[in-house]
Amino acid sequence: MTPEPYDVIDRDVLVIGAGGAGMRAAIAAAEAGCSVAVFTKSLLGKAHTVMAEGGIAAGLGNVDADDSWEVHFADTMLGGQLLNNWRMVELYAHEVVDRVYELERWGGLFDRTPDGRIMQRAFGAHSWKRLAHVGDRTGLELIRTLQDRMVHTPGADVFMEYTLTALLKDGDRVSGAIGYNRNDGRFVVVRCGAVVLGSGGWGRMYRYTSNSWESTGDGAAIAYDAGADLLDMEFVQFHPTGMVWPPGARGILVTEAVRGEGGLLFNSEGARFMLEYDPVKKELSSRDVVARSIYKEVKAGRGSPHGGAFLDVRHLGAERIKRKLPSMYEQFHALASIDITRQPMEVGPTIHYTMGGVRVDAETGATTVAGLYAGGEVAGGLHGANRLGGNSLGDILVFGLRAGAAAADFAMSRRREPKNIDERQVTQEQQALLRPLDQGENGASPGENPYKLHEELQAVMQDDAGIGRSEESLQRALAAIQELRARAAHMRVSGGRVLNPGWHTCRDVSNMLTISEAIVRCALERRESRGSQWRFDHLDQSEELGQVNFVSRRDGEAMRVEAVPLEPLPERLRPLLERSRFYDPAKLPKGYMTARPARAGRKAG
Amino acid sequence: MTTVERVREEAAHIGAQPAAGQESGLTGDTVDLRVLKGVPGGAPEEVAYQVPMVTGMVVLDAVHYVQHNLDTDLACRWNCKAAKCGSCSAEVNGHPVLMCKTRIDELPAGPVVVHPLKTFPLIKDLVTDVSRNYEINREIPQFTPAPGDEGPWRIQQVDIDRLYEYRRCIECFLCQDVCHIMRSHHYADRFYGPRFFVRVASLEMHPKDVLNRVDQTRTDGGLGYCNITKCCTEVCPEHIHITDNAIIPLKERNADRHWDPVRFVGRFLRGERPAGDGTQQGH
Ligand SMILES: Cc1cc2nc3c(=O)[nH]c(=O)nc-3n(C[C@H](O)[C@H](O)[C@H](O)COP(=O)(O)OP(=O)(O)OC[C@H]3O[C@@H](n4cnc5c(N)ncnc54)[C@H](O)[C@@H]3O)c2cc1C
Ligand code: SF4
Ligand code: SF4
Ligand code: FES
Repeated sequence: MTPEPYDVIDRDVLVIGAGGAGMRAAIAAAEAGCSVAVFTKSLLGKAHTVMAEGGIAAGLGNVDADDSWEVHFADTMLGGQLLNNWRMVELYAHEVVDRVYELERWGGLFDRTPDGRIMQRAFGAHSWKRLAHVGDRTGLELIRTLQDRMVHTPGADVFMEYTLTALLKDGDRVSGAIGYNRNDGRFVVVRCGAVVLGSGGWGRMYRYTSNSWESTGDGAAIAYDAGADLLDMEFVQFHPTGMVWPPGARGILVTEAVRGEGGLLFNSEGARFMLEYDPVKKELSSRDVVARSIYKEVKAGRGSPHGGAFLDVRHLGAERIKRKLPSMYEQFHALASIDITRQPMEVGPTIHYTMGGVRVDAETGATTVAGLYAGGEVAGGLHGANRLGGNSLGDILVFGLRAGAAAADFAMSRRREPKNIDERQVTQEQQALLRPLDQGENGASPGENPYKLHEELQAVMQDDAGIGRSEESLQRALAAIQELRARAAHMRVSGGRVLNPGWHTCRDVSNMLTISEAIVRCALERRESRGSQWRFDHLDQSEELGQVNFVSRRDGEAMRVEAVPLEPLPERLRPLLERSRFYDPAKLPKGYMTARPARAGRKAG
Repeated sequence: MTTVERVREEAAHIGAQPAAGQESGLTGDTVDLRVLKGVPGGAPEEVAYQVPMVTGMVVLDAVHYVQHNLDTDLACRWNCKAAKCGSCSAEVNGHPVLMCKTRIDELPAGPVVVHPLKTFPLIKDLVTDVSRNYEINREIPQFTPAPGDEGPWRIQQVDIDRLYEYRRCIECFLCQDVCHIMRSHHYADRFYGPRFFVRVASLEMHPKDVLNRVDQTRTDGGLGYCNITKCCTEVCPEHIHITDNAIIPLKERNADRHWDPVRFVGRFLRGERPAGDGTQQGH
């Protein structure tokens, strides 16, 4: 078959995504002298990052002078249950301080301390008041600031409302990508020297999520298709506080800043249950702990009327609530007809963030495929088994910059090489994309509705691979995913290629099936409860599993999961752990720190 | 046994069940949703859909219901579904609103009629081409501190308090949609529009920005065309007082530089004539 016509765009660096990670990468690559194309599925400024509320974690020490990058390092490692890539955490805790000041220098506004410095607020499992913020709309400020910077950086061009669906390879190296313009359905091929993925996470395969329609895991799925390793896919974060009522609002985030500012959780009996589950950190315990606590209270029959817990801020006073939590005030008022200065909120766990992602080199964001880089939520390693709030907005800046700069280097060094596009790959992808539009022989075959498949997948993941899992539920999920995949081959939609959301959903569904399979397969392998992974059939942590990450990799048409040994924390960093207020030698996450000396050097997996 | 122990024990027996409280919220009523469907040149038509009403349903929920169950190629924009991203702008019963924030139970009884924004060229169904706004944004010079003023800065809260209002803007472009100057073909390419006056104000009033932004806003931005009708302020979902707090202060700064300020402000306060009348157009 001859290829359908397509537009060609030539650049040194292709950045997939215009959230914080993508934009920071694009700025870095353009400043290094590269021509850069930034692709986004939405309009500029609408990426997921815009929704971030609570703040950016950085050890500025403006409010609590004892804070520093070292403590931030320790909190992040302990929060991640020591499964994190320690080198990433080290770079992160160091550099996020500069990235915050850089944002300010680029015009970003932050709340101030009485002496005029950047204000910081408390957040779960951070030792000190650490989150730089602007009320509860920090993401909006971050995205506008980067947007302003990027559109004024020569060399960076933005392509809005395009979906890229596959990476193109020249031998072992990534040489570009193919996709379509969402609005007119035309195909596009980008030829480039290097690709940066800044494409965000994958909450949409769950029914209740704080994520937007964009979070279908495209970046991780197409990287996997191109042969890249995915890391830690079992770790999916349930944020403890999403809205639970009304039904249409279920899952929408209630920022952790509500608890950071002093909000308290109660069950239907009026008990402040977090005092029992975590007497030290209480409401500001790590997210996995608070989410499970609410879940357990509901299960034990002490939930709120719509199956959540009560989150109460009334004691803070109306003035403070409206000043520090204005968008929460507005959100409950508009969507739930609740005045949070007078009534408690009803909240429950919602899928929020994906710790796992494309496996990258800490320094450069290089994936295991040459020419392919990743930064931000799509990449794995920084957060280990659980992300602390505020660590993602920092992540996207620090590693967006690093990935963009490294991709620029790579692309520059290959500027003279010809950029080859393999027409076969192009045609193959076009055929796959067009299949759901092709009405079959005599146009009669009704086929599968992609939205219905998506809903079924959400039910499977929510119920069987959700906040709590077991061998039995995960096996059920795996079987269901395989059945859904078979049915997905018969997806059919009406309409043409011009702005057809049904057609777009077909591709999303196949990406989500890939990612769901990785989540389930890794969750099966991790026969323990750690961080966000809660196995009903393995409630404890295992010393052995605390020494490995799971990697998913494509092997022909099959998915392989492999345990790779963690690199234990080097001696120079070990003492830093003690700086965390939450360090307790008796309660260290099981793994290389607790393994008996005889086994300490043993490679697991 | 403490609660923790008790619940832990219980949890072991729970198995992976969905949490309680997942009632559907169906009220038994039906929403008569009418959406203008079509492409440019194709004579768009209102299509009627019957959507089961759910407690607290917003217009965007109803549109999603149609996409999932009745008409998979009905196009709309959305992202956050929480009034934070400004993607889902449309005209509901003739009013420019965010679909994700517009509760159906708060609309008058009768059909819910959803049209795309009128000011921007249609792409398909509820989606319009808003790219002009992004061009305007690029024309506004970026934040520019004094050379060498690298920070970290000391900035007092009182000096930035008033910027917060401007910074709330989610770029829904509803204000651009209702502004009659934006709607007039004659001025549209010489007029930034209310959203970008808000943007300029947020830079102009930033204590660390050193550019003079007023002149450009008058010449390229056509500030003078605005005759303070306040239509923009009325539709802003972020409740930004676009006219009073962004446009008028910019006009005043402009006036300071170009006319006798005392006379101008006095005249304005007495309401003798709108501050932004044709007299500025010659500049
Ligand atoms: C409601 C909410 C509140 C949050 N609050 C906080 C907080 O207070 N602090 C914190 O640290 N973190 C917070 N987070 C998490 C944080 O916002 C995200 O993890 C982070 O913004 C992700 O940024 P990113 O740049 O990696 O990706 P995103 O912002 O998700 O951007 C992804 C980009 O990739 C593009 N893209 C994806 N697929 C494709 C494709 N196939 N083709 C072309 N383009 C594509 C998208 O269009 C988009 O532009 C919050 C998250 C949510 C949902
Ligand atoms: S006040 Fe000015 S900017 Fe606003 S709608 Fe009226 S003319 Fe347009
Ligand atoms: S000023 Fe208000 S109405 Fe205009 S784009 Fe911003 S948020 Fe929307
Ligand atoms: S979907 Fe984001 S504002 Fe409506």
